[in-house]
Amino acid sequence: MRMRHQVEQEKNELNMTSMIDIVFLLLVFFVMTFKIVEMEGDFSVRMPLAGDGGATSDIADLPLKLRLRADGDGRLTSMSLNDVNLDTNFDQLRANVIEIVGSSGPVEGDDGPEIEIDTDYNLRYAYVIQAITSVSGYRNANDEVEKLIEKIKFAKPRR
Amino acid sequence: MRVKSKKIDLAEGDLTPMIDMTFQLIAFFMVLINFSQTESDKRVKLPSSQLVKPPDGPLEFPIILHVAKDGEIILGGDSYTTETLSTGLRGELSVLSSQNLEPKDANVIIRGHQDVAAGQVQEIIRVAQDLKLERFKLRAKEDRS
Repeated sequence: MRMRHQVEQEKNELNMTSMIDIVFLLLVFFVMTFKIVEMEGDFSVRMPLAGDGGATSDIADLPLKLRLRADGDGRLTSMSLNDVNLDTNFDQLRANVIEIVGSSGPVEGDDGPEIEIDTDYNLRYAYVIQAITSVSGYRNANDEVEKLIEKIKFAKPRR
Repeated sequence: MRVKSKKIDLAEGDLTPMIDMTFQLIAFFMVLINFSQTESDKRVKLPSSQLVKPPDGPLEFPIILHVAKDGEIILGGDSYTTETLSTGLRGELSVLSSQNLEPKDANVIIRGHQDVAAGQVQEIIRVAQDLKLERFKLRAKEDRS
């Protein structure tokens, strides 16, 4: 009797199961830990202790004074720039700063205009950041930042 | 006699596209995962600003102060008040001096909650000033609206 010897071509197949297990574990880990982080940035405030910078004699060197007033709940009630009342209008604040500082562009180094923020103790911090945003600059039509005042300092806290 | 061996035919799906997609997803999440989240704190919701941009490079000797809504200050995982903050800052300053740096070289990053009292932030700055720190960064989140 003739025996036909069939040679079956064996396939060398890798066992993918363990790899897929690990890959799925990794995927689950990344999905679980994924969190969309909002971009953050800083406003620079350089404030050496009073007396280190020396007294300013020229009245033009005196900082602009921004006063922020709050109600009992910490909401902004009014603000004034160099005693000019601005209510709670941050656009008006920016317009006044542009008027005072001019639109000649930012001055590099320590020679630029300076602003001192004097705020009520309980005013919410978000309003202070909003005020700093208004005096620091603005975005023009091309979405570029036009800088106004870069030197910002705080007055003594009001208790 | 010829014996027919009956083979069980296993229906194997092609796993290649699934593995491809899975690897793509893993690559996506790996690229986007942000390890700098360690800088953030759940208790702090930053105010937003249209002008802030992420810093171009790492800051020199950053000291990160998280200020929660109730005025609690978190420095390196420890909780402080404005009265006790100087203790924590002195610890940072000792590390600073061991690196031959001066207090004016350090950057104090203040991550204040949007509803914290502004006076609280002023107090923190005053405490830091007393320790000769003079560079402060008020952190805000970028508002692109």
